[in-house]
Amino acid sequence: MFLGHVITVQQLYGQLLIGLINGSFYALLSLGLAVIFGMLNIVNFAHGALYMMGAFCAYFLLQEFGLNYWWALIGAPLIVGAFGALLERAMIVRLRGLDPLYSLLLTFGLALVIQGLFQAYFGASGKPYAIPPQLSGAHNLGFMFLPNYRAWVIVFSAFVCFATWFLIEKTRLGAYLRAATENPTMTRAFGLNVPRMITLTYGFGVGLAALAGVLAAPINQVRPGMGADIIAVVFAVVVIGGMGSILGSIVTGFALGVVEGLTKVFYPEASNTVVFVIMAVVLLIKPAGLFGKVA
Amino acid sequence: MSANPTVAKFGAASRETRQFVVAFAVLVAAIAAAPFVAYPPFVMQAMCFALFACAFNLLIGYVGLLSFGHAMFLGAASYVCAHAAKVWGLDPVAAILAGVASSAILGFVAGALSIRSQGIYFAMITVALSQMIDFFCVEAPFTHGEDGIQGVPQGRALGLIDLGQPAVLYVFVAAVFLFGFLTVYRAVNSPFGEILKAIRENEPRAISLGYRVQRYKLAAFVLSAALAGLAGATKAIVVQDASLTDVGFAMSGEVVLMTLLGGMGTLYGPVVGAVVVVSMQNYLAQYGQWVTVIQGAVFVACVLAFRRGIVGEIAKALKWTAI
Amino acid sequence: MAEAAASTLAVSGLQAWYGESHILHGVDFEVRPGEVVTLLGRNGAGKTTTLKAIMGIVGKRRGSVAFAGRETIGLSSDRIARLGLAICPEERAIFASLSVRENLLLPPRVAPTGGLTLDRIFALFPNLAERLASGGGKLSGGEQQMLAIARILRTGARFLMLDEPTEGLAPVIIRHIGRTIAELKREGFTILLVEQNFRFAATVADRYYVMEHGKIVDAFANSELAANMEKLHERLGV
Repeated sequence: MFLGHVITVQQLYGQLLIGLINGSFYALLSLGLAVIFGMLNIVNFAHGALYMMGAFCAYFLLQEFGLNYWWALIGAPLIVGAFGALLERAMIVRLRGLDPLYSLLLTFGLALVIQGLFQAYFGASGKPYAIPPQLSGAHNLGFMFLPNYRAWVIVFSAFVCFATWFLIEKTRLGAYLRAATENPTMTRAFGLNVPRMITLTYGFGVGLAALAGVLAAPINQVRPGMGADIIAVVFAVVVIGGMGSILGSIVTGFALGVVEGLTKVFYPEASNTVVFVIMAVVLLIKPAGLFGKVA
Repeated sequence: MSANPTVAKFGAASRETRQFVVAFAVLVAAIAAAPFVAYPPFVMQAMCFALFACAFNLLIGYVGLLSFGHAMFLGAASYVCAHAAKVWGLDPVAAILAGVASSAILGFVAGALSIRSQGIYFAMITVALSQMIDFFCVEAPFTHGEDGIQGVPQGRALGLIDLGQPAVLYVFVAAVFLFGFLTVYRAVNSPFGEILKAIRENEPRAISLGYRVQRYKLAAFVLSAALAGLAGATKAIVVQDASLTDVGFAMSGEVVLMTLLGGMGTLYGPVVGAVVVVSMQNYLAQYGQWVTVIQGAVFVACVLAFRRGIVGEIAKALKWTAI
Repeated sequence: MAEAAASTLAVSGLQAWYGESHILHGVDFEVRPGEVVTLLGRNGAGKTTTLKAIMGIVGKRRGSVAFAGRETIGLSSDRIARLGLAICPEERAIFASLSVRENLLLPPRVAPTGGLTLDRIFALFPNLAERLASGGGKLSGGEQQMLAIARILRTGARFLMLDEPTEGLAPVIIRHIGRTIAELKREGFTILLVEQNFRFAATVADRYYVMEHGKIVDAFANSELAANMEKLHERLGV
């Protein structure tokens, strides 16, 4: 039976690949959001803007300091993460104890400021960022060509997600974080500096966003609006996965990227909204999300 | 006691009613005087946004639900009204009602999906839902994508009143605004409003008292959506177009800013906030992206240091509770 | 006073609030080194609040809490913990998202010496050794209580505050806890105990303070317990 357009196997694999790449970004970003939300109980609306800052940071490190992609992979998350820690110390901490909606409003305002500043200085157009030479080219897998950089993005993202999950669930440091998330008062009463842990956690979540930005720089252009474009979908991913769930955000991020890619093959008009439709359906059945605990 | 019966009656009224009458009189006087000190189309737009902010504030200030996607109601009604007036040729009142109906229905569906969740989850769901509507408006044929619906006729309200006359249009918009404002006032100061307040203060207790809490929240949500729709539809008649800006995320953020700056949970706060923000945008329009930066900075400043907002601070200074 | 300098904990004029509620109205008492002191009183008298105020985990407090001569009223709870105080709260506060082992190892060492080794801890609480891999939330009430006590023993804190350690537990476990407290006392720990069950308290306590409406209203030594029994029954309404 003929469909409106013929779908080739090439197209299918091509879209699946794009889906996995988008999924990588969704996973990294929603992971950062989940880490921040779990520990601080705030929704970091500035997450998209900080992702964008990560990409710009990579761009600047190259332009101004001649530091290549590999330096940026370490440097950008550290720099933007430190900036995030500063934001937490200077502003977010003042809202502890208030309704968490105020923190949401604060980070929303911060996102506007950050994005507005970048847009005012750089305009809306994108800056180019080259794929690092070590990752250029592609491998012929027989059924498709796999661009090396894209394969790297997927593998590295998966690695970072796994490493974060491992750090939180299986290590001593992760135990401190989980304890502070569950009962910050008691954790502090044992002698642990919980406020400092909170600052570092926020910085870490921001660092994850910046890392995603560096990964994205060679694929998408480095644009001030790149965070705003992606943030709503990432929020939907987090809601579907379950707000505080580390595993939920990783799995859901990758899965929804793939679903989006597949939708683009079979029903392209819906690809923009399929994630939201899924969110609506999931919420009807499980208001706390797939892996969530309590809404 | 004075022998003058008017003074006696005035004195006998409760303090709150007195405050309300004074504040309302100030509002009406301001609306009456405005077209003589400012550009009337600007004032009309400000009134539409003020109504939008009042609708939004109903949810956050009195039910405690932060809807971060409220533009979907403004925009949807705006498009429906514009289409109804231009393509179906309905008179402006009918077109506006069509817009309100569409946003009320949308509000019912969106509310049913999101009401089950609280606080932050609720906010994020509204973000996602409004993004869906945004995408829909970009794609749907009747919205004409980037161009929007232009040239919406102002027509004759009820077939009689020519809204093409600026003075008539102004009175019409003022009437719509005051109607919407008073609806919010009535909703808040009524048994319905008392129950909403009880739910906001202690939901489990309200449930244990036998109230169908979800229904009340949904009702408030639909009312808020309908009033936002009223604002959007009226705006479509005033500016004679409907565009993607009306339904975009920036618009949702702006109404939050208006309400926060003006004073969440106060009756007049959203009105004041809307006027300030709309004026600010007009005044700063030449600075392009810096408007975003300034709005963001105002947001940050308000959340950190000015949570009561303008009217909230005035209310505290005067020790008034009814504004 | 010469005695104040010798006391491990000297509380004077301690007031505390939970939000708007003014719970403690000026609490005065002291605990000397190596003692087991018990706070008695009805529900709502302010015993738990007193422990939490000393630990720095109530909303607002005023007055003086001197630990080993050092004023702690203005310190945050993590700094207080690092001075060598530890609390075992009434709700036990075992972290459900951590395993038993992670719970046990969570509190950091606050003193280089003075903490019990793991071997010693497992000797005191053999059940815990078997349950190390379980999730914290899966323990029974008695096991949770033992874990709550065990984890503060490892840190090197020598001043322990135990809030209702026997509440809701079976008699055999209560006896176990009694033996443990006696053992800790022999090793030189100083313990501030809150207990409703004064029959249990009598087996370990050196002195008692009675609290009512956020103030200390009576004090006596263990040797005077029998003499005060009638007064106690009246105050505590048991």
